[in-house]
Amino acid sequence: MAVVKRIVVIGATSGIAEQCCRVWLEEAPADLLLVARDANRAEHIAVDLRVRSPGSQIAVQQADFLDPAAIEHVADAAVAAAPVDIVLIAHGWLADQSRSEGDLAFCREVLEVNAVSPALFAEAFARRMAAADRGTICVIGSVAGDRGRKANYVYGASKGLLARYAEGLDHRLRLARSGVRVVLAKPGPTDTPMAAQFKAAGMRLASPREVAERIVRAIAAGWPVVYAPARWRLVMMVVRHLPRFVFNRLSI
Amino acid sequence: MRRVSSWGRLSAEPHEVIELIDREAVTRELTADMARGGPGIAYGMGRSYGDACLNPQGRLWSTRRLDRFLEFDAGSGRLVCECGVLLRDIQRLAVPRGWSLPVVPGTQLVTVGGAIANDVHGKNHHVTGTFGDHVRALELVRTSGEIVRCGPALRPEWFAATLGGLGLTGLITSAELQLVPTRGPWLEAETIAYSGLDAFLNLSDDSQDGWEHTVSWIDCTSDEPRGLFMRARQAADQTRPTPPARTRTFPVTPPFSLVNRLTLKPLNALYHALNSRHRGPRLVLQEPFLYPLDAILEWNRLYGPAGFYQYQSVVPRREAAAATDEMLQAIARSGEGSVLAVLKTFGERPAPGLLSFVQGGVTLALDFRNRSRTAALFERLDAIVSAAGGRLYPAKDARMSRTMFERSYPRVAEFLHFRDPGMSSAMSRRLMGS
Repeated sequence: MAVVKRIVVIGATSGIAEQCCRVWLEEAPADLLLVARDANRAEHIAVDLRVRSPGSQIAVQQADFLDPAAIEHVADAAVAAAPVDIVLIAHGWLADQSRSEGDLAFCREVLEVNAVSPALFAEAFARRMAAADRGTICVIGSVAGDRGRKANYVYGASKGLLARYAEGLDHRLRLARSGVRVVLAKPGPTDTPMAAQFKAAGMRLASPREVAERIVRAIAAGWPVVYAPARWRLVMMVVRHLPRFVFNRLSI
Repeated sequence: MRRVSSWGRLSAEPHEVIELIDREAVTRELTADMARGGPGIAYGMGRSYGDACLNPQGRLWSTRRLDRFLEFDAGSGRLVCECGVLLRDIQRLAVPRGWSLPVVPGTQLVTVGGAIANDVHGKNHHVTGTFGDHVRALELVRTSGEIVRCGPALRPEWFAATLGGLGLTGLITSAELQLVPTRGPWLEAETIAYSGLDAFLNLSDDSQDGWEHTVSWIDCTSDEPRGLFMRARQAADQTRPTPPARTRTFPVTPPFSLVNRLTLKPLNALYHALNSRHRGPRLVLQEPFLYPLDAILEWNRLYGPAGFYQYQSVVPRREAAAATDEMLQAIARSGEGSVLAVLKTFGERPAPGLLSFVQGGVTLALDFRNRSRTAALFERLDAIVSAAGGRLYPAKDARMSRTMFERSYPRVAEFLHFRDPGMSSAMSRRLMGS
């Protein structure tokens, strides 16, 4: 009999996270913990997932995402029941860039939600999962983290921090010959509520389902970095390597 | 503002699209939107062919994110879900558990809200009726903030107005559906070649009992109507393993319609030749048999940048042979038409909605590429349909006249009492004046 996977999703109301849950439950029933700031919205998702997969265990936990003690508490509660196989750290907030430029309190909040909070969750889970010597930590970064640009560098810098963080964590765990894997997912613009502004601008967006399928696959295979959809890997390779004198003439 | 098209791709006008993401916030969203501007209409998958789901320069409430299940009772087959759930997702959830939607149209890629608002039918109409016949309850949010829960026994007048009500009575947020038991995804199918409409009607009559799904393809380019009658029923043997579903996407929009004068006849001949091979009984999977077009995503690009019309009519049974014959002749003479012309008989059971399309008789559906000269052909077809006491399907329509609509949908006046003044589409303005 297949062992039921224990999966913890941080930021479970994220559009991509919800689709990842659907993909996992279509593969096999799982033991799922949905952690969210808004417990009511997470409960709607849990109700849906229970209908989709009656054999699964699905629980919801509300948490403060900026409080280190609360984050420790979530991680403790998550590993208490059983060792965690996958933790997906999915929350993100594509906040208004221009507001960040004029309002430092707002700017700080954007940085904390997108960078500090996911990093603390990763750290909290890494410690506990390393002790169990198994599992995969997946952090959702972004193609926006690959190179800073005018339109969204506060958000992009946060995601860039997560990229370095995941890289360093992976380095530490590999050197320790740990059984824990780290996966950094970098979605391109995706058709989720977060990216409604891109859609309004007529941009072509990837479907959250397609992005989720690729992330789930990367987690199963333990790829250290995954672009979703895959074409972004090539696009971002070009963007990263554009010489500064060219890049700084482009209003992208 | 974002450019939005319907399935026929006849226009791509800018719309203010608002994504509804939380069922409980719909009331707040609609009332807030009404406070700052004009009316709108719900938009699901955009699978209606004409302007039923469009509101150029105005507002669309997208329901695609309201795609959550609420309840499923595997004992009774009762399913409650949000309006943006796709029929395909219901089938993929329910069929492995022994239940199936009783009614699915020619594509599964439509939302529950759209299926209700157009009171859609399937190839099994003669057995199961329309989609609305299996809705046990629904929740409607009006732009005034009022919430109307209705069903066949609960505020039935609201229910009848909303089934087939083209989204004009309010926004359907969730629905309770009664599924039917199914043995599995395999069908026993049979294809029979025929020639002439009398042969078609005889085959239809013979298949009424014992065959759950019946539909016919007809070659609209030939002088003497030749066709293939396809019928299917649940197979006794459901033990075969199910291969994974595969889809392809029509990759680009060609600069001109690939269906045109040069290709129409050969494509029809090819279809006839390919499908005639399947004569005799065989075992097929439900999905590719019932929804062949779902295997090619975005097939509507086939007709090029100008888009296409679909013309779907129904005429009462006693006029059916003569009227259909006349229509097919008019189409063959015009040199226009489609590769997938579909002919089917509806059962006599009355449809549940005030504006439901289905009535007893014979329905003919076919695509026409968008050309200025097709207007004359449509008028000719309208005259035949009207003379026979028939009507057109609003879900497919982009052009019928208000006069024709009012004459063929006698309950419009009754329906108007239930309209939500905050709901308006290009179609409602064309056919109802507002």
